[in-house]
Amino acid sequence: MRLSVNNLACERGERRIFEGVSFALETGEALVITGRNGAGKSSLLDLLAGRLHPAAGTIVLENAGERSLAECLHYVGHRDALKAALTAEENLAFARDFLGDPRLSSRDALEAVGLAHAARLPVAYLSAGQRRRVALARLLVAHRPLWLLDEPTSALDAASQETLRLLLERHREGGGMIAATTHSPLFLADAKEIRIERTPFPPPSAGEGAKRSEAGEGEPVSPALPSPGPSGAPLSQNGEGS
Amino acid sequence: MMRSFRALLIRDLKLAARVGGSGVMGLIFFLMIVTLIPFALGPDLNLLSRIGPAILWIAALLATLIGLDRLFQADQEDGSLDLLRLSPAPLEMVVLAKVTAYWLVTGLPLAIAAPFLGFLVALSPEAMLAMVATLLAGTPALTFIGAVGAALTASLRRGGLILAILVLPFMIPTLIFGVSAANAAVGGTVPFATPFLILVALSLIAAVVGTVAAAAALRSGE
Repeated sequence: MRLSVNNLACERGERRIFEGVSFALETGEALVITGRNGAGKSSLLDLLAGRLHPAAGTIVLENAGERSLAECLHYVGHRDALKAALTAEENLAFARDFLGDPRLSSRDALEAVGLAHAARLPVAYLSAGQRRRVALARLLVAHRPLWLLDEPTSALDAASQETLRLLLERHREGGGMIAATTHSPLFLADAKEIRIERTPFPPPSAGEGAKRSEAGEGEPVSPALPSPGPSGAPLSQNGEGS
Repeated sequence: MMRSFRALLIRDLKLAARVGGSGVMGLIFFLMIVTLIPFALGPDLNLLSRIGPAILWIAALLATLIGLDRLFQADQEDGSLDLLRLSPAPLEMVVLAKVTAYWLVTGLPLAIAAPFLGFLVALSPEAMLAMVATLLAGTPALTFIGAVGAALTASLRRGGLILAILVLPFMIPTLIFGVSAANAAVGGTVPFATPFLILVALSLIAAVVGTVAAAAALRSGE
C-alpha cells in the first residue's frame, strides 16, 4: 500500500493556507508533520481524512483494493470523538463494531494504553490525558493501515508518551503507515519529516479589506485603518459621559 | 454495513437513555402542551374533543422539533462526526441509523402516550385509536424532514431556532393530513383511508429524500 500526495494546496475561507505539499508514504513508514501554530498541519490531516477538499493537487492511495481512503484510516484529532455519557469500554466497543475489521477487544485495547481500571467509568469522569488515551485505544480495536494523528502526545504524561511510541512502532512493523502532526519529538525510528510553511500573504494589520491585494495596494489601507479609531474614540467617550 | 448501522443505533439509544440524554424530554414537552391547553380553553368538552386531534398533533410536532437540533450537533462538537465519516457504510446509512434511533426515543413514545393524553382533551375511543395510528405513520415524516435541517445547522452554535424556521414549512403537509386523518376517523365526509394513505406516502417520501438530503448536507458541511 502506498499513499502519494502530490502538490497539495489547501484553502479555508478563500485563504490559501499552504500549497505545493508533496510526499509519499510506503508501508511501514511514518511521516512527522511539523510547523508553526496555524501553519496548516491539522488542515493537511483533514485533507487526508477527507474532511476538507483540496484546492489543488491529488491524494492517491495505491494497492488498497476496493476500499476508499476513508475506510483505510484512523483519525485521532483534537476533539477526541468520545461520548462523555458512555463508559470507556462502551465507546471502544462502538468504534469496534462501527468501523469494522475488529482486532483487539475493547478491554485489551484499554489495557494496552494502561487504562484497564477505568473501563467502566463514564468518559466524563476521566482526565484530559486519560481521554486522549481512550481515543488512542480506538486505533487498536479496529484495523486500519493508515493512522492520522493530530498532536497525539498532547496531554499525555511521559510514561504514556513512551507507550504511544511503542504502539506506533508496532503498527509500523505490522505494515502500517502513520502521519502525525507534532510539536514535541515523537522519537520514531527514521521517520520522514515535512515542514508546513504558511503561504505568505498580507500582514494581518491590513485587515479584511486588503485580503487579496498586493503589498503595494495594501499600504494605503493600513494608514486608513487608524483613522476610524480616533474618530470613533470621542464617540464612545460621549456615550460614557451621557 | 448492517453491523455499523446496528452499532450506531444501539449507541444512540444508550445515549438517549443516559442522564442528560434526550430520551424523555420530548415526551415531557408533549405532556406539558397537552395539559396546558384544556386549562387555557376552559372545560368545554365538546370544543376540546373537536380540536383534540389538532392539539395532539401540534404538540407532537413541537415535541419532535425540540431535541432535533442536537441530532448531529452533539456529534459535530465532540468530533464523533469525523469518526462516523470513516465508516465502511455510506453516510446515508449513518443518517438513517441516527434518525431511526431518534424516532424510537421521541416519535414512538409520543404515539404510545397519545391515548393517555387523549383523556385530557376528551377524545372518543375511536379518535384515540386514530391518533395512535396517525402519529405512528406521521412522526417518521417529521423526524426525517427535521433531520435535513439538523444536518444543515450541525455546525451552528445556536442552530435550534434556524432549524425550526427551516423545517417547519415542510412539516405543514404532514400536519394537515395527520389531523384530517384523525378527524376523518370520528366522522366527516372523507373516509379515514384517504388522508391516512397520503400521510403514509409523505413519510415514505420523507424517509428517502430526508436521508439523502441530510447526508449531502453533512458532506458539504465544515
